[in-house]
Amino acid sequence: MTAQTAILLTMIIPLVVAALVAILGRVASANVRDTVMVVVAASLFPVVMTLWPEVTAGGRPELIWVEMFPGLPIAFKVEPLGLVFGMVASFLWPVTALYGIGYMRGHHEKHQTRFFFYFSAAISAAMGIAWSGNLMTLFAFYEALTLSTYPLVAHHQDEASLKAGRVYLGILLFTSVAFLLSAIVWTGSVAGTLDFRDGGILSGHVHGWHVPVLLGLFAYGIGKAALMPFHRWLPNAMVAPTPVSALLHAVAVVKAGVFSVMKVVVYVFGLDLLSSTSASVWLMYVAAFTILTASLIAMTKDNLKERLAYSTISQLSYIVLGAAMATKAGFVGGSMHIAMHAFGKITLFFVAGAIYVHTHKKYVSQLDGLGRKMPLTFLAFGIGTLSIIGLPPTGGMWSKWFLALGALQAEQPLLVAVFMISSLLNVAYLLPIMARAFFLPPSEETAALPDKDAPWATLVPPLISAVGCIVLFFWADALRSLLVPVVGV
Amino acid sequence: MSAETATDFSAHLPALAVMVPLMTAPLVVIFRNSKVAFGLSLAAAWSVFGMILKTLMLTLEHGGWVYELGGWKAPIGIVYNVDTVAAFVMLIVSGIGALVLSYAPMSVAREIPENRQTLFYSAFLLAMTGLLGMTITGDAFNVFVFLEISSLASYTLVAMGSSRNGFTAAYRYLIMGAIGGTFILIGIGLMYMMTGTLNMADLAERLPEVAHTRTIMASFAFVIVGAGLKLALWPMHTWLPNAYTYAPSVASAFISATGTKVMVYVMLRFVFGIYGTEFAFTELSLGLPFAVLGLGGIYAASTAAIFQTNFKRLLAYSSVGQIGYIVLGMSLATVGGLAAAILHLFNHAIMKAGLFMAAGHINHQVGSVRLADLEGIGRKMPITMGLIAIGGAGLIGVPLTVGFVSKWVLISALAEQDLWWVVGLALASSLLAVAYIWRFVEVAWIREPAPALEHVTEVPFWLWGPTAVMMTLSIVFGVWGAGTTEVAMEAARILLGVAA
Repeated sequence: MTAQTAILLTMIIPLVVAALVAILGRVASANVRDTVMVVVAASLFPVVMTLWPEVTAGGRPELIWVEMFPGLPIAFKVEPLGLVFGMVASFLWPVTALYGIGYMRGHHEKHQTRFFFYFSAAISAAMGIAWSGNLMTLFAFYEALTLSTYPLVAHHQDEASLKAGRVYLGILLFTSVAFLLSAIVWTGSVAGTLDFRDGGILSGHVHGWHVPVLLGLFAYGIGKAALMPFHRWLPNAMVAPTPVSALLHAVAVVKAGVFSVMKVVVYVFGLDLLSSTSASVWLMYVAAFTILTASLIAMTKDNLKERLAYSTISQLSYIVLGAAMATKAGFVGGSMHIAMHAFGKITLFFVAGAIYVHTHKKYVSQLDGLGRKMPLTFLAFGIGTLSIIGLPPTGGMWSKWFLALGALQAEQPLLVAVFMISSLLNVAYLLPIMARAFFLPPSEETAALPDKDAPWATLVPPLISAVGCIVLFFWADALRSLLVPVVGV
Repeated sequence: MSAETATDFSAHLPALAVMVPLMTAPLVVIFRNSKVAFGLSLAAAWSVFGMILKTLMLTLEHGGWVYELGGWKAPIGIVYNVDTVAAFVMLIVSGIGALVLSYAPMSVAREIPENRQTLFYSAFLLAMTGLLGMTITGDAFNVFVFLEISSLASYTLVAMGSSRNGFTAAYRYLIMGAIGGTFILIGIGLMYMMTGTLNMADLAERLPEVAHTRTIMASFAFVIVGAGLKLALWPMHTWLPNAYTYAPSVASAFISATGTKVMVYVMLRFVFGIYGTEFAFTELSLGLPFAVLGLGGIYAASTAAIFQTNFKRLLAYSSVGQIGYIVLGMSLATVGGLAAAILHLFNHAIMKAGLFMAAGHINHQVGSVRLADLEGIGRKMPITMGLIAIGGAGLIGVPLTVGFVSKWVLISALAEQDLWWVVGLALASSLLAVAYIWRFVEVAWIREPAPALEHVTEVPFWLWGPTAVMMTLSIVFGVWGAGTTEVAMEAARILLGVAA
């Protein structure tokens, strides 16, 4: 299989799955539909991995599709950063799909066919974002991702989810049209190209105060990165079924956001431009503010999913901060964190959903003693927690390590302190959940539950992703050596 | 095209394209049979489309040519001015006409009494004749003649709607249209007074000498206001919403996609081809009022669209807003701006025709297009709603649809002139489109189906097929926007008289 075929296939496979789901949902039983979905979805990751050898060898396979505007094609180019995002999304998709089946059935959700249809379509858009070869392509798939995930957020069709859907669509479309598109037009008009190139395309074309303003248009235009104050859509979207939260928080949506920020910083601005003009210093502090504030808010939330949502907002800004530092270690750490956070956070969401389906508990204060009833589930939660905090033996440690290193390279020791404080805050809002579940005596209600862990379809996925957190700890160097050539070491 | 190839048969194609529907129109009435009428009209429309496609290819390859009707030389005879711009606009008219006609029989059968159906097809063909003639002619008075042909036919089409409101809507359309037509005629008359010619090329040559007279300035004002009325330039758009809402679905789809578009083209021809950029934009600074009216139209009409309770009226207000983008592009008087305007003629025609056709599906199955009657219809008519979603995405300007291509070209043109605040306003305005489209999406998809809709089913293939073709085009030209953009750029260069 040539790389070009592989690129095309990664975008087609999810669409095929969507089509199969739509057809089988009408003509076959739910079992057939869901089995076919997971099996075909599982073929995506191997296809993505066929790109690995070429990219690690320094190749940048390209695919030019059609000319959208004169001289401006829809083009795809696989580079290390995109490959990381592509691998994460393609690996977690079948896992999430399997979990989705368990969750949706366990919870007797309606409209499952529609749900899985849009779910698969969203993955196709995510793949397009991962490989995008210029800003126009990125923008096109970015919007496609927003629109294809809207029906998922509004899935329950009640007032709360309609409102969440409007907020979701409103903020993401507003920021992308008002800021991101303006930034793209601006970039195109000064740089004369919209291609992603090593070392950036803006160097020498923008000067003075234009640089930070343009950076701001990008950083806020990519609303999916949930930089404060445009973060409201993410906690709002919590009303959706938990597999959607997993998709939003780990697989595709927010990762597409921070990935785009990273990609813009590296391939449009170029690290040299930002570090030489100090144009991104303000963004570092906005990100640092978001990290700390969101963590503090997370501590106040009793609703487990909401706590996790604010935790995500905080963790996303790690990646934005990594980009804003414009240092080599910052780039490596931020990019690695895309993968590390994805595996950690998806584990936590899987568990939160499993608890909800199994016991209908959604508040942290209700979890006393539940660990003894659902030991494997909470074991997975524990591993995910370690990864988010950044402790060995989980992958989260390495990304945080490189990020802290990047802060030193950027000569911003204050930011090292931010990372450390944030880690402590993570401990403060995540570890008590474990402590409650294992060490506090169960409430009467909990004690009355049968001694049975979650059903397998909601148990296996968190275990897989928890194992993933540990594997990433040992595999981190492969990621590092994949990413390093981008910034030229 | 050189003189020797002009004697080639293909040189006659543009004239033939006007004659075919004109001749078919009475023929259709003679047979008094709606099936025959449909067959003849369809054959006429598609053959016209073929001729114009060929013409466009010829102009792109060899440049334009002047066609003398009946072999009479210019000052005495009428000439047709064949070039890329005209061919492109004619392609829009004939393409939309042919596709809409392909969809017509079932919709017409449902909405128009049996004994008037042949008349409907006849009026449809006449409207098409007028629109094509207006586009191609090189004679200012001839523009007026064809304008009246198309207008009278359009009033008839609107009045044939099944609701009584159609009559008042058509009457209002008639009054406003007549005023617009008369204004244009007065403008042409004043020009004739000063120059003694009606041939557009001669007019362009002779006008500069007398450009500073009050007569020519008055003629300019009359033409702009008259054409503005007919193209529904905000705030002279008041005839449009009712006319589009109460017209039969087929007529709404055709007129909305082509009627105002051809008027835009006529305005372009007069402003850039006859008066000249120098006169219109430098001396009389038409740019500012056009920019203001364009932006005003975008905001006022798009906002009005959000509050509509009838789906067709919502689309109609959206049309007024979309015309605002076209006028905004024109106001720049640059290649980029004009290209954006011309491109949007094409792109908006596709989207809006498709959307009105889809509204026709709903009317066919439900008998109403009021939003209150359409709650939860998404699950009953999934294909139609999917098509509407594509069209709606286009109006918003979502990437990979034609709407985005237009928006991008317009915004790049604005950015070229460093009009950053207008860029901001134009971008922000797409959020209004999000609001009015989402209103429909929520009603159609999110609400539980109303009991009255229980037995509603999807429309048959013969209705949704042509609509699906239209929406597919919207995606094809949205993904591959380079082709249409280049044609529009070429057309803009011709209008401005700039070399590539």
